[in-house]
Amino acid sequence: MKTIILSLILIFGFSACTTGPHKAHNKGVYMLVDTSGTYTKELKKAQQIINYTLSQLESGDSFVVASIDTGSFSEKDIIAKITFDDRPSKANQQKRAFQQKIEAYIKSVKSSPYTDITGGLLQATEYLNERDTRTKTVMIFSDLKQELKKGYKRDIPLSLDGYDVVALNVTKLRSDNIDPQEYMDRLELWKGRVESGGGKWDVINDLERLDKLIQE
Amino acid sequence: MQLPNFMMIISSSPGLSLLLWVFISMILLYMARRPAHEAILSVTKILFHGFRLFASSILIAEKKLKHRNKEVLLSSGKEATERIIEREFERIDAFVKKDLAHFPTLQREITDSVIKLDEDYQKSTEVPPAPPGWTKAIEPIAAIPPSEDSMVAEILKSIKEALDKGQEKALTSYRKSSEQRHSYLKNMVPMLRHINKSVDGLDKNVQTLLDRSATVDRHMDEYAEITKKTDKAAQMLSSSSMTQFFIAGFVLAIAIGGAFINFNLISRPMQEMVGGSVYMMGFKVADIAALVIILVEISMGLFLMESLRITRLFPVIGALDDKVRIRMIIVSFVFLFLLASVEAGLAYMRELLSADDAALVAGLLGGATVEGVDSSGRWITTAAQMGMGFILPFALTFIAIPLESFIHSSRTVIGVAVAAFLRFFAVSLRFLGNLSRYSGKTLVNIYDLFIFGPLWIEGLVRGTQQAKPLVKIQGIPVEEEKLPSPKRKPTRKSTAKKVEDSETELEEIKE
Repeated sequence: MKTIILSLILIFGFSACTTGPHKAHNKGVYMLVDTSGTYTKELKKAQQIINYTLSQLESGDSFVVASIDTGSFSEKDIIAKITFDDRPSKANQQKRAFQQKIEAYIKSVKSSPYTDITGGLLQATEYLNERDTRTKTVMIFSDLKQELKKGYKRDIPLSLDGYDVVALNVTKLRSDNIDPQEYMDRLELWKGRVESGGGKWDVINDLERLDKLIQE
Repeated sequence: MQLPNFMMIISSSPGLSLLLWVFISMILLYMARRPAHEAILSVTKILFHGFRLFASSILIAEKKLKHRNKEVLLSSGKEATERIIEREFERIDAFVKKDLAHFPTLQREITDSVIKLDEDYQKSTEVPPAPPGWTKAIEPIAAIPPSEDSMVAEILKSIKEALDKGQEKALTSYRKSSEQRHSYLKNMVPMLRHINKSVDGLDKNVQTLLDRSATVDRHMDEYAEITKKTDKAAQMLSSSSMTQFFIAGFVLAIAIGGAFINFNLISRPMQEMVGGSVYMMGFKVADIAALVIILVEISMGLFLMESLRITRLFPVIGALDDKVRIRMIIVSFVFLFLLASVEAGLAYMRELLSADDAALVAGLLGGATVEGVDSSGRWITTAAQMGMGFILPFALTFIAIPLESFIHSSRTVIGVAVAAFLRFFAVSLRFLGNLSRYSGKTLVNIYDLFIFGPLWIEGLVRGTQQAKPLVKIQGIPVEEEKLPSPKRKPTRKSTAKKVEDSETELEEIKE
């Protein structure tokens, strides 16, 4: 009994000694899913990635899935969001509910005429900054072709310090086949934007390589 | 090569300027030769003596440490031997009480048996049957020749019948007595066996006692050696301590492996109790809680072993009153049992969580995970985990024994290691001292090499003037006339210096 009391005193003593700001240990993942044009056909793959991500996240981690449509800088575009419970059993239940919600969404999704990727990225950074997670990962499931509706301003510099931005399933468009430079320029453009904002850029087109998806 | 401006004596020729500088420095160095030599030699001598002094003090410290190590070793060895001898005497005492306590009874039994045997033997002695007295009387009658007289024949017949009857009676009686004698002898056999067995048992007991007394003698000899503080005893104890250290270390490493498995068994289910995302000092609280449980179990194990007087890490517990000690045994055992039960429960919960995780992953990945194990066999892993969760805390209890050995032997081993380090350090310092001394001589020679020109000229001049012979003192050429006169009585200072020098030389030879 004495030992238990002593151990507790030691632990609390040590914790009292540790000063400084609160250090987060959880992960934050924000996934943007392109729902524009014919890209909706790729949503089954997005579901696979979401399921894989769910299997990798643990108690205390946050996960958001949002759509990229005409105006993505909005909370309304968030399809599902969750911060997993401290208890693993409860977290598993939440994962099952999340999966069902995504499944229902994919069945009923309607394609949008425009693609506002920048708006989605801004929304993601805003959300993850608020969550104050240890790692911040933004996954963009899109062909990276941004098409803005007239009047939408998106030439805003991105602030992505400490972020991992991963482009997933960047499909080649018909025009890319004619001129592959277009595809490379598109990738280069987004890489430049992310890296100039202080973020880390990565592209994963092979879904077998998903083990590198979430930063530890 | 460019020379700095201040060194340019002849502005147009740096080579010539350099040559002039070399010449000037040679002249200056030649002029400062003697004080420079003295300075170099005195500096290196200071270094030499400094290093030697440092080395000597370290050697003294090493000697003290060795002495302390020996004291510690002998004292622990003495204590251990006392314990062994005490235990041997306890065993002998228990043996004497248990096996030799009924020795008087046994002796009486054997004596009784011997008396009874003697009696039976006496009884079994064959006594020849006494011939009937009247046979002699009827012998003359029997000698009468048979005649036709029917009277006589009748009498003789009667006599014969009486004689036969008597013989038959005597024979029957003899047979009866023989049978009785044989029965006595028959009865003697188990008694003899009993006596034999008793004597054998006694012999065995005495032999065991003799063996034990030989062991005690051996330990007493060791004890005597330790008490005398001989080097042999110290060496014996030191090697024994080293062996103990490595064996105990090995067993402790195994125990740590066990504790690690135990930790893995309970850390995951602990997340259900204290949360999986709560951190303290960079560690998950669930992990800390699991570790604390294991540490508490180990502590309880230590207390249990201590209360049982198997180990002697806490003299306070060992010195407790027997009543309190027994209470302590019960309390620590109950705690240990409860913690083991908690662990078994947590191990069961771990299995449930693993099953839930597996089902979730299978559902998320669309059946990508193949169901490799038949679910009907899951109870085996569940039972195994629960069993391990329950048994490991009790198994960890026995850590106390190697821990005690490790702590006791580590005192000696660390002492020996530190002494070896000090020795090595002292030797290194002595080496540095000698190095600095000889480097002084080398520097002097290099100095002379640099001013070889003026020295050569000096030699030529001295040669022409029949220069006074030079004597070398510590490698430095000195004019003989400048040396103190042999007639002059040496001062106290120079004698002291000589003694010091000869001591240094002696030390060098020794090294």
